[in-house]
Amino acid sequence: MLDEIRDLYQEVVFDHNRNPRNFRVMDDATRKIDGFNPLCGDRITLYVRLKDGVIEDVSFQGQGCAISTASASIMTEVVRGLTEDEAHDLFQTFHRITTDQDHEIQLEELGKLAVLAGVRAYPARVKCATLAWHSLEAALKEDAETAVSTE
Amino acid sequence: MKTATIHTLHRQTSDETFNVDRIRADFPILAQTVHGKPLVYLDNAATTQKPRAVIDAIRDVYECHYANVHRGVHTLSQRSTDLFEKAREKVRRFINAGHAHEVIFVRGTTEAINLVAQSYGRSNVSSGDEILITAMEHHSNIVPWQMLCEQTGAVLKVAPMNRRGELELDAFETLLNGRTKLVAVVHMSNALGTINPVQTVIDLAHRRGIPVLLDGAQGVPHLRVDVRALDCDFYAFSGHKLYGPSGIGVLYGKEALLNAMPPYQGGGDMIRQVRFDKTEYNVLPYKFEAGTPSIADAIGLGAAIDYVETIGIDTIAEYEHRLLSYAAQRAAHIPGLTPIGTARDKGAILSFTLERIHPHDIGTILDHLGIAIRAGHHCAMPVMEFYGVAATARASFAVYNTFQEIDVLMEGIQQVIEVFG
Ligand SMILES: Cc1ncc(COP(=O)(O)O)c(C=O)c1O
Repeated sequence: MLDEIRDLYQEVVFDHNRNPRNFRVMDDATRKIDGFNPLCGDRITLYVRLKDGVIEDVSFQGQGCAISTASASIMTEVVRGLTEDEAHDLFQTFHRITTDQDHEIQLEELGKLAVLAGVRAYPARVKCATLAWHSLEAALKEDAETAVSTE
Repeated sequence: MKTATIHTLHRQTSDETFNVDRIRADFPILAQTVHGKPLVYLDNAATTQKPRAVIDAIRDVYECHYANVHRGVHTLSQRSTDLFEKAREKVRRFINAGHAHEVIFVRGTTEAINLVAQSYGRSNVSSGDEILITAMEHHSNIVPWQMLCEQTGAVLKVAPMNRRGELELDAFETLLNGRTKLVAVVHMSNALGTINPVQTVIDLAHRRGIPVLLDGAQGVPHLRVDVRALDCDFYAFSGHKLYGPSGIGVLYGKEALLNAMPPYQGGGDMIRQVRFDKTEYNVLPYKFEAGTPSIADAIGLGAAIDYVETIGIDTIAEYEHRLLSYAAQRAAHIPGLTPIGTARDKGAILSFTLERIHPHDIGTILDHLGIAIRAGHHCAMPVMEFYGVAATARASFAVYNTFQEIDVLMEGIQQVIEVFG
């Protein structure tokens, strides 16, 4: 009877929520940033190890809803090995698919991120999905010691 | 089945004269479906829905009587002024204030508290003085005092609560001292449902000559409030949580205090005479009502009070209490559900967490079942921190909710748990 919300809560989301990937502290991170969504109190600490402009490793810690946890987990999988520019492009793509109602989504080109496209039907939850990505954007900028907030 | 027994038990004891179906029929918005399911509105602590009597009263003002108040010699202005002042008198009677001019119309609880902080606070509080609040306050009874402290060098003190969410009165009393200039306490907590022993709080403070402000945003809709019996110095509440319109609220203040206080905002209506070298302020309550007020909303609030009085605030409180006990008993049978806020004296609020399921996910899934609850920190982040949670899910009840709706909520929670496996 809850079929209609399966577009938001797909099995993959539950899977990442139960077993988040790269959910660990990184001792040799070159960037570390705290993200915070004051609306719901979700917190995330994102760790990035950059070498020669490439994301060598990325991990996170924190407490959040299923959407924000799954989004962070999936993000850590897809951005590892990308250059800063590639990660930035992906951030923009992700932002567009989760917020831009008019944009027609090409699910194929999104790969793993496609499971989160359903969030655009839930405006109140978009910030849950984008918290990790905003944190990554901030981490890749120079002033990575400051906290980021999605409000 | 255990739950079924509890259920019948409660239905049998319900008062035959209280007909919730008739009350529901007064609220047009309730008769709708959300995501194909009958709406179950359980976010009443955030705001309540409006009975037709209130909607009609507002429409009637705009269709038949509307003009600016206190200004015109023409008929409509006179009629609007009469209706506006009648609404003030209804508020006075409802909270049993001594005088109608002790009832100041403001935008809501938040503005009322800011008014006291800036007007009373800035003229009575100085460096080293203390303001005493409690650990369960809404942000609107924290931040205005922090701003005052920043401006004056005063210190904000916080009286602790226990794990049930009850104020620790002994600790509260030891925090009262010669430097305490004001006590500001929530009558009923929106995050926990706790009803504070405000009479004792006031007596303890008054014994030391300290005035007390009560944040009555949740108190007024759920409890009988008699400001003279309580002898509180200030009482703040919002119309929109009392089945009235948003944009209107009340600050009650004792005449002597209000008279001694400087105006909060300057402008029209709040003056008696303006010259460029000196302005003379108007009398109460107008001194604190600068500018054109929310005329139709004040009249709407009067209609809401009439509506509440036709049912009776005691009847409402008693019915909501039965809803709450039923909800709490059913919730106790759900594995993994932890109630947040278990004060022995408690109003119609069920705040809870579910093991391994974030309140936001609970809120989204329940919404798909037509159930509106609040998920978040409820503008009480220090309360969340106290319980070590980022957020809670909160179902809050009003006079139009039913036992059957609580069944729907509980089944919904079970489904959330199933979906999350
Ligand atoms: C206990 C309490 N105090 C203050 C407020 C603020 O009321 P308003 O937003 O109407 O000014 C609320 C409402 O959210 C409340 O529940």
